[in-house]
Amino acid sequence: MKLLSLVISLTLGYFLLVATADLPDWSDPESPASVHLSNYYIENSMEQTSVPNLVTAVLADYRGYDTMFETIVVFCAGITVLTILRRTHRRKQKEVRPRPAGEGRDLILITAARIIAPLMQIFALYVIAHGHHSPGGGFQGGVILGASFILLALAYDLKTILKRVKERALIIMGAVGVSLYMGIGFGAMLLGGNFLDYSAWSSLLGISAVEARSHGMLGVEIGVALTVMYIIFSLYADLSSGGEMDEGL
Amino acid sequence: MTWDASLLWQFDLLLLPMLIICAVAALTFKDLITSAVVFGAYSFLMCLLWTEMLAVDVAFTEAAVGSGVSTMLFLGTALHIKRRAKD
Repeated sequence: MKLLSLVISLTLGYFLLVATADLPDWSDPESPASVHLSNYYIENSMEQTSVPNLVTAVLADYRGYDTMFETIVVFCAGITVLTILRRTHRRKQKEVRPRPAGEGRDLILITAARIIAPLMQIFALYVIAHGHHSPGGGFQGGVILGASFILLALAYDLKTILKRVKERALIIMGAVGVSLYMGIGFGAMLLGGNFLDYSAWSSLLGISAVEARSHGMLGVEIGVALTVMYIIFSLYADLSSGGEMDEGL
Repeated sequence: MTWDASLLWQFDLLLLPMLIICAVAALTFKDLITSAVVFGAYSFLMCLLWTEMLAVDVAFTEAAVGSGVSTMLFLGTALHIKRRAKD
């Protein structure tokens, strides 16, 4: 059986390697992906949206519809894990005691986490707000924010953190993020534009259409960041405590 | 800014074998927690590879999600299921 698997994977690997030869060269300007839409983005995105980081402009504006559903996918993942795992009354089938009771709370870990977590959060806010100009954006910033909560939950205890960030707030704030994204999209429709066409907001905000697109992207990124941050922490809380939300790791 | 990828073949020579070693090792280890950590290392090498190809946004995501949070989620899950794989 193992021999058969080896033969199959070697054959498949051989065919994949052969097929690689047909792919266009790395960063080839004549490759099919680069001749169709990329030129339009490269030539026009700066004057249409005034966002220097092309990736953000494409993700949050030109392809905003895709990004909206990616955010919804993250939200659905959080809801699914919560639905499957979350239980309040369950017989303990297996004791998970990675740390012996009473000697778990390490002073060095807690002190380090208390210093690192605020720095992480400030950096995450910078990543979200500066996504227009440098790599990053709502998704990366949201993950870093969520990771700072996970760090605190590791150093202290899941229960301690869940006192600060209420369990109910996790899913509600996730939904708020998605709603913020969709609300900006629908607001543009109400103001007479297309769905997710941020330039329609210019009449209400009193700024030029280009500026409105730039600010619309920022609003959308904040929505993504909210969803990702709370859902990531919700995933961790559910998975690490086996759905009981008590001790965590 | 111009970018000549051929200057970085030494970097590739270091990264790609380590990537393959990590990928095979993550599959081979019987202990799930070891596997999860090695998989995190794989993600980080992948992140370096994205950076080298100037896909910095992708690299950023890979560093934050791949080697950061998902390793943590794997570890959290591995402690709650049977820790050692059978085959």
